[in-house]
This record gives sequence, structure tokens and C-alpha cells, in this order.
Amino acid sequence: MRQPDSLRVDQRAEAGPYLSVSNLVVKFPSEDGIVNAVEGVNFSVTRGKTLAIVGESGSGKSVTALAIMGLVNRKSAKVTGEVWLDGEELVEKPDSGIRKLRGNKMAMIFQDPMSSLHPFYRVGAQLSEAARTHRKISKKAAREEAIEMLSRVGIPAPRRRVDDYPHQLSGGMRQRVMIAMALINSPALLIADEPTTALDVTVQAQIIDLIGQLQSEFNTAVVIITHDLGIVADIADEVAVMYAGRIVEHASTERLYASPEMPYTLGLLASIPRMDRETNRLDPIRGNPPSPLRHPDGCVFHPRCKYTDRVPNRACFEVRPELLESERNHLVRCHIPAEERRRIATSVLGAGTGGGAAIATAGAGGTGPAAPVGGPA
Amino acid sequence: MAAYIFRRVLLMITLLFMLSVAVFFLFNMLPGDPARLTCGKACTPDLIEANRKRLGYDQPVLVQYQNFVGGIFFGRTFSADSPEPIKCEAPCLGYSFSRHEEVMSLITRAAPVTFWLAVGAFIIWLTVGISLGIFAALRRGRWQDRLTLGISLVGYSMPSFFIGLILYYFVVIQWKLLDKPEYVSPFEDLGKFLATMILPWIVLAVLYAAFYMRLTRNQVLEVLNDDYVRTARAKGLPERTVVVKHALRAGLTPIVTSAGLDLAGLLGGAIISENIFNLPGLGSLAVDSITKSDLPIITGLTLLTASLIIVANLVVDLLYAVIDPRVRLT
Ligand SMILES: Nc1ncnc2c1ncn2[C@@H]1O[C@H](COP(=O)(O)OP(=O)(O)OP(=O)(O)O)[C@@H](O)[C@H]1O
Ligand code: SF4
Ligand SMILES: [Mg+2]
Repeated sequence: MRQPDSLRVDQRAEAGPYLSVSNLVVKFPSEDGIVNAVEGVNFSVTRGKTLAIVGESGSGKSVTALAIMGLVNRKSAKVTGEVWLDGEELVEKPDSGIRKLRGNKMAMIFQDPMSSLHPFYRVGAQLSEAARTHRKISKKAAREEAIEMLSRVGIPAPRRRVDDYPHQLSGGMRQRVMIAMALINSPALLIADEPTTALDVTVQAQIIDLIGQLQSEFNTAVVIITHDLGIVADIADEVAVMYAGRIVEHASTERLYASPEMPYTLGLLASIPRMDRETNRLDPIRGNPPSPLRHPDGCVFHPRCKYTDRVPNRACFEVRPELLESERNHLVRCHIPAEERRRIATSVLGAGTGGGAAIATAGAGGTGPAAPVGGPA
Repeated sequence: MAAYIFRRVLLMITLLFMLSVAVFFLFNMLPGDPARLTCGKACTPDLIEANRKRLGYDQPVLVQYQNFVGGIFFGRTFSADSPEPIKCEAPCLGYSFSRHEEVMSLITRAAPVTFWLAVGAFIIWLTVGISLGIFAALRRGRWQDRLTLGISLVGYSMPSFFIGLILYYFVVIQWKLLDKPEYVSPFEDLGKFLATMILPWIVLAVLYAAFYMRLTRNQVLEVLNDDYVRTARAKGLPERTVVVKHALRAGLTPIVTSAGLDLAGLLGGAIISENIFNLPGLGSLAVDSITKSDLPIITGLTLLTASLIIVANLVVDLLYAVIDPRVRLT
């Protein structure tokens, strides 16, 4: 069968990262003061690879994604840093320029498929609109594409479903529609902001699988945002853990699961039940994340950290730790020396973890935790 | 859907019936003797008595009501046993003895005037109000938004008799840009019709446009933060499409509700505009009848206005289903 243009996968193997985010900062001035939502985030993603961004509520995951998409209202927010998408810098780009990329080269799906589709328009109309915004194709062709996309995301009887209204579909089906809509213009970057949080547990895995499967079909760079480390283990090549607007640990998925180092990551991992590991008791992180209006001095995690006494001179309370390479492609933001961090990890998470038992996989090549990026050549 | 409409129409008829009872009995309890009004200065006790009998006011209220309703469906004859009986064909809403004319024919003569006045103003205010509302929403927080809001506040707070008199004074009397208004049917003399209607249209539209501008702006701004609007932006749609096609459509329900009821209300007569601009519409008829205590006309007009509102409610409810596919009319 002939593939419609929109579905043809871009075959050019691209060497460099498709998306590079460098020192991204987002602040919202508000009546109570400045909301420091994102405080200097760096990462990059290559086509065909998946980066998971993990963190608690309020850590700045969504704002990071929205800032990349140019969906943060520039009148009410201050965005600085650089976002490079396929050789174009987006932070300085005028709105009209970013609009042409949105839904075209980069697409996003959201947490709640119930409210993310327009309740008054048919599914097919919403999909065709996405196609026709960026390509000059007839209504009929767009509708055919919509049907084709619906079938590709696993919606049964797509020819019938295309005329349904969103309220006639289940939550899982709606998220499939959202995915179809995001992918209809074959974007090279897909950002999925907690795509399964609002769904039944049984449906969650299906949606994640679908994203993974379509990613290899379309050769997409994927950023998947979640607060559940468990759900992305299978499809993410890399994981960046965010806390209070910053990345606190960044490594390949294998490495991060096998040998986490930052105390916050340990807390996150300790709170997911795993078969392959004997967890003593689920050990959630005590306390709450800091208010984005006033981040604590020193390490932003110190009010909740159990290991501040391992660092001399009260550094945890006074000195901001940098995000430093602990090993190749493994970045950690913590004052404790690497050796001791691994010992702590082993004792917290049990045997079989830490101590360099797992070696960072070669598969992560090309999608490195970003050193600050300049413009492309 | 058909069943829904059927049930709504039944409900409508029941409501109208109850309304007619209420109106009829309430108005009958008003002080003043309707029979006295029939002869004016020439009244003598005997004449009043005779007229009372001719009009049927001598009968118990219940019988009067029965005659009234019977007249609507089958027509009736006033002063049947006098030498010159007055036949009133169905639907007969009664007979005005101060004007010596059937209420129905008075209403059908005045209704087109009010109809054109209301519909013309309606089109103007919806177009102006909604487009200014969208404009303000698109420029939210900027000076264009504030200017539009300011203008609408002025328009909203100016009484229409004030705008009407000012316009009339300058345009007609001072500058003589338009002739003294005199109503003609648009089919007779379109130019003169427009020249007569333009000022009253403006007077009515200013007030309503100001209201619809605010309503539209607020509705759009309210849904602008909704998830599906964000999705529309994420598709890369231009801001205008996001606002009009996605946000406005979602916020349309209250606008449709107000528009339907406002239009219905106006179709019952625009008292101030009609009086200032000398338009012989339902509003003028109502004022005149009230000052003359012409009960049959007042009763007829009240029932007509109320029916308009009830019908408008049904139309609005049907429109909901067109706007929002989640609304099931069952
Ligand atoms: N438009 C905005 N104006 C002001 N503050 C905002 C705005 N959007 C987000 N924030 C704040 O920025 C911080 C980061 O929010 P963000 O939505 O990125 O968190 P998140 O990591 O996605 O959390 P969640 O898991 O709850 O989605 C929060 O404190 C939030 O209140
Ligand atoms: S720097 Fe200090 S407070 Fe921060 S995570 Fe490391 S030990 Fe804990
Ligand atoms: Mg979020």
C-alpha cells in the first residue's frame, strides 16, 4: 500500500541531536513573587531515541516541555536559554516562526485526553485540522489521512470512529486519538507530558507501547514526562530526574536503575515496587518539594535529604551543587563523593544495585546528557 | 429529538394556558371600570351599563375567560343582540372599544414595525458586539482591550432614552441629516425605511452591543486556558483560529442564551426607541393602551410577549444541541 506523504518516515539518519536544550530558565512573575519554574535545564535528544523526564509534581517538567513548544505565554513568563530544534533556535524566534514548527516538526500530547480534545468537534475534523494547518491538502485527503492515522494508533473501525465526537470514546481511545493527531504531520520530535497518568492502569502500558512502536516507525525523538519511574523503564533510553526546576541526575535508563546516585533518585526508586530487587519497605521521600517562590539555599533537596551529615562544612545548606559527571554519561548533582554515593545506593536499594554493577550501555550513544550546546554547525 | 420537541411544545401550551389564566384574572382585578372607558366624556350611567352588557363585563369572570379563550380558537361576536354586532374572527384576542378595532388587527399592524426594529438592531449588535469581544480577547491586557472595554462601559451605562434624544436632536433637528422619522414598509420605500430605522437601530444596538462585547470577551478569555485550547495551539493554529474556532465555539452557549431571550424580549416591543422615533410598533401600542387602560389590548400584548419568550426558550434549547454534541435532547 502506498503511504500518504505525511506518513513517510524521514530516512535521513541524522547524526547530531534533533533537540538540544541549553540552560533553559523559565520564570513567572506573580503577585507573590517570582515563580522559578525551570532553573537551567540542559539535555538533548536524537531521532529514534527516548528521554524520560521524571520528577514530583511541581518540579517543572511540564513548563520545560511547554517552553520548548513555545506554549509558555511570553507576555506572562520570562524564558531564557537556548532551545535548538533541527538547527533552529526557538527561544529567540518570533511566535509566528514557532507556530509553523508546532504540530509539524514537533508535537505534544497532554496528560488528560478527556479535556485535551475539543468537545464540540468530531475526531476526524480535529485530526484533519492538524494536517491542513501545515500542508496544503484537500479536505478529503486530510480525512483519509485521519482515518489512516486512527487505524495506525490501533483504533478499531476507524472509518466509523472518525465521525465520533470525543465524548463517545473511552479515555484510552481518546489518548490514541491525541497521539494520532500529534503524529499526523510526522513530527521528528514528540513530547508526551504524562500521557498515561489519567488512564486506567491496564491501558497505561498499551499507550506506552504504542508510543514506543510508533517512535520506531516514524524515527521520532521522544521526550516522555512522567512521575512514575516504573512506567518508562521499557521505552526510555535515558532518564533525567528533575527536582525543583533542575535536573539532579541524568543517565541511561539501565545505568540509572542499576546504579542511581543522587539521594532524591534513590527515594524515587525506593518507592516503586520491583520484582528483581528485594526492597525492605517502600521508603517514600519525606516532606514536600520546596515552593518555587523560594528555593532553599545550598542543595535545593537538603530539607528532605537524609545524608546532609555526610558532607563536611554544611555545604549541603550553603553551596549549590553542580550537575557533574560521575562517570561517562552519568550526571549527578550532589556534594557527596561518587564512591560514597554508590555505597549509600547499595545499602538503600539492596544488593544487585549500585557499586558499578551495571555498566552504562553503549546504546545511549548520540543521546548524551547534554553539555551546554551551542549552535549547530 | 422529535419526541423531545413534541414534549416541549406540549409544555409550552400548558404554560401559555396557565399564563392566560393568570393574566386574565389579574387584569380583571385591577381597579377601574372597563365599561367606563368605552364612552369617555359622553358617559351616562345608563350608557355605561349598556356598554358593560355589550362587552360582556356584566358576566362572571369565569364566563368572561371562557369567552376569551373561545374567541382565540373559534372567534366570537360582541354585542350580539344589538343592531350592529361586531364579529371578531378566530384567532380573536378581543376587541378594543377605545380604538374600535380588533386587538388582533392592531397587533398585526404594529408587529412588522417592531419586527424590523428588533431584527435590524439584533443583527447590528451581534455583529458589532461579538467581533469587538473577539478583538478585545485577542488583544487581552493591551491598550486595544482596555479601550474597547472602556467604550463598552460608556455604551452600557448610557440610558437609551438619552442616546436616542441626543441622536434625534443632532441628526434630525440640528444637522438635518435625516428627515423626521416616519415609518414606511421596507417593501414600499426601502430608502425611506432605512432612513427611519437607522437611528433607532443604533440606539438599541449600542446598549446591547456593549453587553455582548463584554460577554463574548469574558467567555473567550474563560475558555482560553482550557486544555483543548492548548491542544489547538499545539497544532500550530494561528491565534485567531484558536480564539474564534476553538475558544469562542466553546464559550458560545451563554451568548446564544442571551441572544435568544434578548431578541424575544425586543420583539415584544421596544418602548423607548419606538416612542422617541415615532414608530407605530408594539411598544408604542402598549404604552398607549396602558395610559388609556385599554384592557383587551394590554391582555393581548402580554400574552404575545410571554409566548415569544417561551418560544425563544425552546429555540435556545434546541440550539444547545446544535452547538454542543454532548447535549442529548431526550
Ligand atoms: N503559567 C504559570 N504561571 C505561574 N506559575 C506556573 C505556571 N505554570 C506553572 N507554574 C508553576 O511552575 C512550577 C512547575 O510547574 P510544572 O507544571 O512544570 O510542574 P510539573 O513538574 O509538570 O508537575 P506535575 O507533575 O504536577 O504536572 C509549579 O510550581 C507551577 O505552579
Ligand atoms: S548535596 Fe547534600 S542535600 Fe543535596 S542531595 Fe547531596 S547530600 Fe543531599
Ligand atoms: Mg505537569
